[in-house]
Amino acid sequence: MSTIEIEAVDSQRVNWHSDEMKARRKSRYAAERRLKAYGMTAIIFALGFLAFLISSLVYTGHKAFTQTVATVSIDLSAAEIDRSNLMDANWRDIVRDALRAQVPDLTRRQERAYFDLFTSSAPFLVRDTVIKEPSRLDGTSSFTIPMSDRADQLAKGEISRDTPEDQRRISDEQIGMYDQLVSKGLISSPFNWGLFLNADSRFPELAGLAGAISGSFWSLLVCFAISFPIGIAAAIYLEEFAPKNRLTDLIEININNLAAVPSVVFGLLGLAVFLNGFGLPRSAPLVGGLVLSLMTLPTLIIVTRVSLKAVPSSIREAALGVGASKHEMIFHHVLALAMPTIMTGAIISLARALGETAPLLLIGMNAFITSPPDGIFAASTALPSQIYIWADSPERGFVSRTSAAILVLLGFLIVMNAIAIFLRQRFERRW
Amino acid sequence: MNMMSEAAVEKALDQKMNETAYKMVGRDVSVYYGEKRALFDVNLNVRENTVTALIGPSGCGKSTFLRCLNRMNDTIESCRVTGKITLDEDDIYDPQIDVVELRARVGMVFQKPNPFPKSIYDNIAYGPKIHGLARNKADLDQIVESSLQKAGLWSEVKDRLHESGTGLSGGQQQRLCIARAVAVSPEVILMDEPCSALDPIATAKVEELIHELRSNFSIVIVTHSMQQAARVSQRTAMFHLGHLVEENDTDKMFTNPDDQRTQDYIMGRFG
Repeated sequence: MSTIEIEAVDSQRVNWHSDEMKARRKSRYAAERRLKAYGMTAIIFALGFLAFLISSLVYTGHKAFTQTVATVSIDLSAAEIDRSNLMDANWRDIVRDALRAQVPDLTRRQERAYFDLFTSSAPFLVRDTVIKEPSRLDGTSSFTIPMSDRADQLAKGEISRDTPEDQRRISDEQIGMYDQLVSKGLISSPFNWGLFLNADSRFPELAGLAGAISGSFWSLLVCFAISFPIGIAAAIYLEEFAPKNRLTDLIEININNLAAVPSVVFGLLGLAVFLNGFGLPRSAPLVGGLVLSLMTLPTLIIVTRVSLKAVPSSIREAALGVGASKHEMIFHHVLALAMPTIMTGAIISLARALGETAPLLLIGMNAFITSPPDGIFAASTALPSQIYIWADSPERGFVSRTSAAILVLLGFLIVMNAIAIFLRQRFERRW
Repeated sequence: MNMMSEAAVEKALDQKMNETAYKMVGRDVSVYYGEKRALFDVNLNVRENTVTALIGPSGCGKSTFLRCLNRMNDTIESCRVTGKITLDEDDIYDPQIDVVELRARVGMVFQKPNPFPKSIYDNIAYGPKIHGLARNKADLDQIVESSLQKAGLWSEVKDRLHESGTGLSGGQQQRLCIARAVAVSPEVILMDEPCSALDPIATAKVEELIHELRSNFSIVIVTHSMQQAARVSQRTAMFHLGHLVEENDTDKMFTNPDDQRTQDYIMGRFG
């Protein structure tokens, strides 16, 4: 090789150390760093909004987790009570006498203002406690009486004493009586179990989520019982047995479309078909569950098909290779391996159904119902529709209860998603 | 049998191979994938107690032919098979034939080890269970043990039968798959490049195993390795572009083939 040729080769050789090359590499690295920074910013924003949401809910909602109560001792041995008919005893007077004893010497007008500090259902609460524990009839025992919304708000500082009297819902006189009760050590604010154990009520101090939680539970049970078997059966047929032709393509497209239909439309469908068509009871978790299962079905079918498809063909061939029939191949191997993913998908779509409000409003699951449902046919609300009802209520106490109810709903969602993630981590197989 | 020397066993088997009728016969087998024709009128027979190797360059149709023998091609929707393949004189593509029975009689070992993600025991026991080959648990234990022994895996796994089959090494997994195929007591075992995912040591073990299995089964093996074909088989068939180029005794095939293309392929001139 002559020198000229060597030079020619040299001139063609890339100079990796030239400034041009260095600058080029530098800009490539910079692009990578920028991309990373964009991603980080997006995540920080998302986390920031989530933190804002949760903290504002906790800020307004935490007060609903305690309830101001008065502990009043009542001597029932002195009262005239027909022991064989506790239901109809004059509980109103018994309670009023006991309350009068705490702040004596009130005029008739003052007395009415005084009684307004306590929940108007106090006589019924005392009655129910006594019926549950008849031994209380034999002497003096103390009863816990929730304070009314205005006293509760005063205790929690939601109503400021500095506000002019005509602009707040509690008078100076009532504040004075309340302070007397406090100075006697009768007022306390324990954890508000009523929030979970009571059903809905017109009075915020008595309103709870028991009806909504059990309504949601029954609805989801119906939803799961219907959509899980149908969804899996449909997915298995479409994925494993259906011939690939125009008709199955059409079905597939329509299932995908159904998954994107707004939920309010399913609510209208439920109203027309289940209530008007089949005459099923209004506001019942059965109908709620049916409507929710219409919504979950498409998602569940899609998830199941994807997870069936994800089972490697080598496993199918292995099963067929030892002489398994198609049915055995699917049920012994493919479905068994896809099941963790299917369960994860099912739980996530149930979690979505749990938060769904619009369809429930249309089938009447936003009714005012003061006792928890005792099955799928009883009228009931559900958690999201209860939030809707409370958010719409004018009483001050419902503001914090709305936030508390949202927190409870979020709690259930987090638990369900955590179970889904656990199932995925624990059982999902990797090939 | 134990008293006979290995060479004597070989000789006896070779004699049997030449005497007996064909186990499987393929007549004018053509395969189409949709419009595309993958096999052209292949006439190839599988002899009893013989290892038949199918060789040829990639895409020549040797795996396609192998998968015709237990109708594994049925799972591919666009696939169409014409011609006639018989197993003990019965046409396996006859609508009357039960494909589950066929696959029990013609077992298969795949290219990539594909044990079920279950325990070693369950991997072997699955086939016998669905076919009802064991009357009780003791029977099943017996089948599992003998299958693993035939696959030369028993001593390695006997203490961990209830651990997952996917936890074994690649070579052990492939022998587990062979044991799984053997457990159903098939008559023919098809192997689709069984060693292509294995290292040389594991390959040597599997090859040795194939050699031993010959005394009980007819084996058809697809391989990319000429040396492997020469080592394990008695008959070799060479495919090229969907045609069967030549089928012959392995010894003759590798020393003095009839067809120029075979010679070129074996010498490494194409492929």
